[in-house]
This record gives sequence, structure tokens and C-alpha cells, in this order.
Amino acid sequence: MNVTHAIDKNEARRRRWEARRRYLKDSYILWRRNRLMVVGTCIIVFLLLVAAFAPLLATHDSYEQILPDRLLAPSTKHYFGTDGLGRDIYSRVVYGSRVTLTIACLVAAISTPLGLVIGVFAGYVGGAIDEILMRLSDVFLAFPKLILAIAFAAALGPGVENAIVAISVANWPSYARLARAETLGVRNNDYIQVIRSMGASNLRIMVGHITPMCLSSIIVRLSLDMGTIILTAAGLGFLGLGAQPPTPEWGLMVSDGRQFLVDQWWVSTLPGIAILIVVMGFNLMGDGIRDILDPHQRQS
Amino acid sequence: MQNKTNIPAKTLLRIEDLHVHFPIREGMLKRQHASVKAVNGISFTLERGDVFGLVGESGCGKTTLGRAVVGLAPVTSGDIYFNGQRIVGLTGREAYERARHIQLIFQDPYSSLHPRKTVCDLVGVGLKLHDLAEGYEIDERVLALLNRVGFSIEHMYRYAHEFSGGQRQRIALARALILQPELLILDEPTSALDVSVQAQILNLLKELQSEFHLTYLFISHDLGVVRYMSNRIGVMYLGSMVETGLTNDIFYRPQHPYTRVLLSSLPSIDPDTPHIGILLEGDPPTPINPPPGCPFAPRCPECKDRCRIDKPELVQHGQDSTHFAACHFPHLE
Amino acid sequence: MTTQPLLSVKNLKVHFYTLRGIVHALERVAFELNRQETLGLAGETGCGKSVTARAILRLIDPPGRIISGSIIFEGRDILTIDEAEVRDIRGSQISMIMQEPKMSLNPVIRVGDQVAETLLIHDRSLNRRSARRQAVDMLAQLGIPDPTRMAQRYPHELSGGMSQRIMIAMMLVTRPKLLIADEPTSALDVTIQAQILALMQTLVSEIQTSVLMITHDLGVMAETCERVAVMYAGDMVEVGSVHNVLKHPQHPYTQGLLQTVPDKANPDQPLFSIEGNVPSLLEPQTNCRFAPRCAHVMDRCKREIPPVYNLNGDHQAACFLHDGSPEAQAV
Repeated sequence: MNVTHAIDKNEARRRRWEARRRYLKDSYILWRRNRLMVVGTCIIVFLLLVAAFAPLLATHDSYEQILPDRLLAPSTKHYFGTDGLGRDIYSRVVYGSRVTLTIACLVAAISTPLGLVIGVFAGYVGGAIDEILMRLSDVFLAFPKLILAIAFAAALGPGVENAIVAISVANWPSYARLARAETLGVRNNDYIQVIRSMGASNLRIMVGHITPMCLSSIIVRLSLDMGTIILTAAGLGFLGLGAQPPTPEWGLMVSDGRQFLVDQWWVSTLPGIAILIVVMGFNLMGDGIRDILDPHQRQS
Repeated sequence: MQNKTNIPAKTLLRIEDLHVHFPIREGMLKRQHASVKAVNGISFTLERGDVFGLVGESGCGKTTLGRAVVGLAPVTSGDIYFNGQRIVGLTGREAYERARHIQLIFQDPYSSLHPRKTVCDLVGVGLKLHDLAEGYEIDERVLALLNRVGFSIEHMYRYAHEFSGGQRQRIALARALILQPELLILDEPTSALDVSVQAQILNLLKELQSEFHLTYLFISHDLGVVRYMSNRIGVMYLGSMVETGLTNDIFYRPQHPYTRVLLSSLPSIDPDTPHIGILLEGDPPTPINPPPGCPFAPRCPECKDRCRIDKPELVQHGQDSTHFAACHFPHLE
Repeated sequence: MTTQPLLSVKNLKVHFYTLRGIVHALERVAFELNRQETLGLAGETGCGKSVTARAILRLIDPPGRIISGSIIFEGRDILTIDEAEVRDIRGSQISMIMQEPKMSLNPVIRVGDQVAETLLIHDRSLNRRSARRQAVDMLAQLGIPDPTRMAQRYPHELSGGMSQRIMIAMMLVTRPKLLIADEPTSALDVTIQAQILALMQTLVSEIQTSVLMITHDLGVMAETCERVAVMYAGDMVEVGSVHNVLKHPQHPYTQGLLQTVPDKANPDQPLFSIEGNVPSLLEPQTNCRFAPRCAHVMDRCKREIPPVYNLNGDHQAACFLHDGSPEAQAV
């Protein structure tokens, strides 16, 4: 057998890139095969586009109150009608997508890394540290998320930022639990033992070899949780603990419209439908991501 | 670290009275009430260039022994010397240094490769861990070794799940060899593979051994494979070494009754040779409470009273100075 | 042969419809199993041994499908009778022992009840108590010490060898005419394997059952079987008496396979190994599946499917090297 000792840098780069492309291509095939996931992804992409181009899509100023035009039914002038203060609901829903996305993304950005770090650490180290961290997470998990978020939001005071912190605090334990469970499953696997026997440090094993194995289930869980996060944020808004008027937040809008629910149904219902569609979109996408990230799916 | 013990440099690995016990904890207070004596007082030496075959049935402690050498199983008592250095309970820097020289190949090639890494990353990880190369030098050295075990650049950036069992085992070999170890512990490297693939891997292992000046600790339950691969053999039963010797001595002049049973249980592929197997009664006892005397006594067809109380030492019985058996009544010609 | 064989499999073709395409798992499987005979089915991982076994019980689930062929058992074609009849045959007339005894036993039911259960399924007139008694008798017949107490145990309390014995009891308690043993001892140690094989041989002759022994271990095959069928990549390459096939193999694949076994090999020489890899089963068979790896390959091997040739005595091989020998009857 002849031994090649040199490898062309460009050749290596090309091969690496090709491998990555092959992986993406397989992912694309799996994505396309799952119709519901395609629907979910489209909804989320649509939401992102709406948030990005809100100023172009909005027909009115979302804060401008035109009292004579209050509680108008949906029409060509006001697609979704107007609310009790004469604001254009369509424009408020469009701008509200920004608020919703901000909350969802920030909560995800705070609670998942937190949960991941705590979970992997607890699972890998084990022993008393594991016990303490997991009992702590049990305390959080003992309460329904919304109740916990309400408690924190009430303590911190109303406002979007505080709502984000409150929801994050209520959320991390479930990711920590998940990451710990995955870590326990992976920790004693042969490939971790191999890397240990080669002299890898514990930090390296946790970061480089165990965390990637936890990521897929965390991502799946997160995308399924996105809906709940949005609902919790809306719930806090509805209760007056989240976003404050006049912020165009969907939950707040539903709350505002409840006094008109019988005669002017659109004030509450249309922002509600927006919540429903987005939550559904995230859930559909979450299911599909699980399939794509599962390496076993690729074999068949 | 200084070479405190005075042993010739020819000896690569020396194990002295090694015990590996796993505590069994139960109940609320996690009180230890028993222990699994996986390895229960084992001693042997491995000369440089040896292929030492370690055979025994599942649960006899051969895997634990291999893991203890690489530091994956906690040593309860006893010593392991590698190149004259004591390597039991090393931590930090010393453990890291030791890791370069002793590599372990696992039985199941499906679970020993990280599913989310490419072949290049899998094989190159050792170089990264020990700062032996970086950037494209890693790719280069990985490719050189992959070529040696029969892969081309085509395969280098694929994921492990795209390969068959035999291919995976070759990737695992490349991963171990990239650190240029002196000792390779092979834990049932072919028992998950088909015979025709097994033949390829065994041939490769033999070639690599002379090419890279390797010493093998070859753990297997398959006597045919061990006979083909090893120049010396150790037979384990229930955490103890019952017989060691040169391969031919073990196969043609077995002294310990267990070795004889093991050899006679091996089905022959010749349908015309009538096969007289010695059938054993019962199952192997658990290593939780091994019998006080000879570990094999409860199943031994030739057990006598003395065997039940007095644990035999591993000593020379016949004329061969290399052939040892732990039996009070060994078979001698 | 004067009497009709117990089982005769002809031209069996099974395909799996997967995402990657159609896997031609079985292309041409044909063999006969006589009464009170042990037939070994040899071959490597993925060659279709287990698929064949499941096809005989008609247990091929989607995405797999039995495309064509016939499986005549006791004069009935298992592939054409209705589902109720197949269910009736399964377990009572054809039983199957799996490789992993621990996985095949239900962990929450006492082993005695599991053995009794197979009896109750097939004999409605039986009451639970007598079924249990028969189960205990069966355990006693297997040489299990203290069978009454053993029947009270749960599977997790048993060792691998004992679990496999319970499996054998479960499968033989109905006194089936055919026992399919799918790698029955591969998960066991050699000394336990020797016990189980000896036990199976005694029982089989007592109950007068035929056995289809699926194994990749040629040693086990040589010791337990009277006839052997060798499979390669979904194709049956050689069938014959154990003496003919293992001592005088006529197909290059069988010859190669026997040489790769390290048992008697000279340690100073490299082991014989068959070059190359098993072909992809995504393509339908158009030639000899073994041609790309064969040392004696000829041009026609790459173009045509070799027919099955009858050789001297009880011996058939699907290889053009034997062109000139009479072809076996079209299957």
C-alpha cells in the first residue's frame, strides 16, 4: 500500500466543504419529506419576514389613537378593524410580531445555555453536586411555568424585560433536566471512554463531546417550547405583568379586547389567531427538527 | 519520574496482584454491602513486542483488566507498571502523558465512534489533544494513516454512520495509532464482525504490529482468534488468572481443567471429527461472592476437597519455565 | 428422495421498500428441509438468513414484502393461506428461538407462565393449571434443577444460558414440527453454548422436530447440522450435506468463507481473506452476486445468473465452474 504524505490544502478544503454540503442536502431531503414541517417552517419564515418588514406592511401608525374611529369592523381601510382607542389592529399585530419574536428569542438565548450548562455539568460530575442542582430544578419544576413566571414578574415589576427574565427563570430547569438525562445516557458510551483514555480533560469532554449530543434534543425541546414561551409572554401581557400599554403586544391586545368580545369580536380574536398560528408553526417545526437531527434517520 | 523499580527495559507492562472491586451500594444511605470482585489478584508481565491473548468467558474480568490499564476502571489494590513507571491512580499531567502510550480498541465499533464527527475529526482528535499537530498538518497525518488502514481521501470527511462494522473498526485503529502508542489493548476487536471481515482485521493487526513495533494485549473469548494472534496466552476465570503460557503449550498441553473444558467446548469446523466435549454443569458463579477456594471448584469436573478451601497459586508445574497454572491437581504429561 | 420434505422453500424473493430504493434482500432462496433433520443456514450479516426465517413464518413487515416464491410446509403454501391459518401454525407447528434470550422474554411475567402461555394460545381446551403443570414438566425435561421453583422466577433473575433454556422450553412445549433457531448461542459463552447445543440435540431427537439452524458460526454448524445451505447477498449459493459442503465446498464463496476461519490457520501466514465488500442490494440480481470478489471469475459470471447445478450426491452449487453438471430442476 502506498502512503501519501501530502494533502493539498485546497483539496482538503474542498472535501470538507463537500461533506458539509452532503449533510445539508440530506437534511433538505428529510425536511422536504415532512410536509407538516414544511408548513411550520413557512409560518416561521413568514413571521420573520413580517417582523423585518413591519414598517412597510403596516398601514397605520401602531400607536396613533383616532378616537372617532374606535371599534370599527374589519374593512379595506382597517384590515383587522380598530380597537377601543381607535388604533389599527392590523398594524398593531404586524408590529406585535417584533415584540413576540424578541421575547421568544431572548428567553431562548438565556434559558437554553443556562439549562445546558447546568444539566451537562450535573450529569457529568454526578454525586452531591448533581443532587443539589437537580433538587433546585425540581423546586422550579414543581410549579406550572405560567404561575412561576407570574410570581417572578410580579416580584420584578411589570415590563417586557422583566417578563423575559421571569420566563427564562421559569424555563431553564426543563432544559437542565433534559441535558442531564442525555449526558447520563452518553457519559458511559464507548466513544466518551475512548476520548477519556486518550487523555482529554473533563472540560473538553463536556464541551466538545457531550454537549453536541445534547444539542439536538435541546433544540427540539426549545422549538416545541417556543409556543409555550409566546403563550406565557402573552399571558403575562394579558394579566398586565408583561408588556405595558401602549406596546403592541399580542397578549395585551387580547386582554384589551375582552370587554368588547361580544359585540366587537375582532379586537381580541385576530391577535389571538396570530398567537395560535405562530405557536402552531413552532410546534410543527420542532417535530420535524427532531427527525432531521436524528443520525439514525439518515441511515435509512 | 524516576525508574524506581529495577526491571529490564524489555518488559513493557507489569501487573502485580491487581484487584479491581466495584462496590454495590443500595438503599437510602448508599451503604456498601457487597462488592463485585471483577479482577481479583492478577499478576503478569508483557514483554515488548508480545501479543498476549487474554481469554475467558463473559464476566471473568478480562475487559475490566484492560480498562484498568488505561485508567478507566478504578484500581482497588495492586500495581501496574508501564515502562518501569507505576501508572496506578495517575492524575493530571502524568495521566495525560500515559494516555499517549497506551491505547484501547473497543469491541463494538458502532458505539466507539462519536456519531456527530467526521472521520478526520475522529482520527485527528489525539493529535489535537496532545498538541502534536495543528491545522492542515492534522489532515495530512490523518490521511497518511487512513491510507495505511485502507481508506482514501474520499472517506476522510464522512460521518461514522456511513461505514460498515469492519470499516469502523479500521477507523478506530487509525485513531489509536495516530498517537504512536507502544501498547494497544484490543478488547474483543473482531467479535462484532463477520468471519470474512474478521480475517481482514486480524491480518491488518498483524501487519501493523510489526510496522509500528506494537505490543498487544489481545482480549477475546474466541480461542481460535487468540491462538492465531498471540504468542502467549492467559486464561481468566472469575477474576483470577488460572493458566498462562506460550500459545502452543496452552493449546496442546493445557494443565488447568478449566482451560481443558474451554478448549473442548470449541466447536470444530470439521464435520467428520467426532467431537467429545466436556460439558460443564451450571452457570459461572457471580463475581460478587467468589468461592473461598479455587474459583473454578464449584463447576470443576475434577474438584477435590482441598480445592474448596485452599485457593491455588499460579505456579509452574511442568517442565516449561513459562507455563503456569493455578491448580492443585494440574494435568501433566 | 422418497418422502415429501417437511418444508420446501422455492424461489423466494423478498424486497424491502426503503427511502434509498428497493433493497433486494432475498433474490433466489430455495432449499428443502426433511423430517427430523437439522439444516444449517450459513452466511454473513445482511445475507438474508434472518429474513428467510421470518419469511417462513410470514412475519415480513412493511416496508418489506414477499414478492414471489412458495414456502410449502406440510403440503400447504404458507404464502397463500389466510392469516388465521398462519397464526395457527406459528408457535404450534413452527417455533422460533431468537438470538437474544433476554430480549425475547417478557420481564414482568414469571417464566413458568410464559411457557404455559404458548400452550394456552394454541390449545383452548387446556386450563391454566394443567398448562402450568406441562410447562414445569417441560422445564424438567430440559434438565433444569428444581423446575417448580424455576417456573416461579422472573427473567431478570436468570443467567443468559438459563434464559435461553427457558426460550427453548417455550418453543418446544407445543411440540412443533419445525424449530427455527436464529443464532441461538451467539450471545452465549462457549461453555454455555456447548450445554445449550447438546440440550437442543437431545430434545430435538426426543420430540422428533426438524430444525432450521441459522448461524454465522461454521463450527456450530459442523457440530449440529446434517445439511447446510450457504447464502450470499440474498442468493443461495450452495446446498448439500454437511460433509459435502464443509469438506468439499464447490462454490468459491463457501471455499473462501471456510478459509477465513482462524481456528486451524498457521499463525505465521496471513489469514485468507476475501477481497472486496458485500455488494449493494439496491440493484436487482443480474449476475453472480459473488463475481466481483471471486478468484475464479469468468466473463459470463458478470452477465448471467448462474443456475443451480446438481453435483455428486446431496450437493448443489450455483456457480458456472460446474457448467456441464446437470442443472437442478427449475425452481
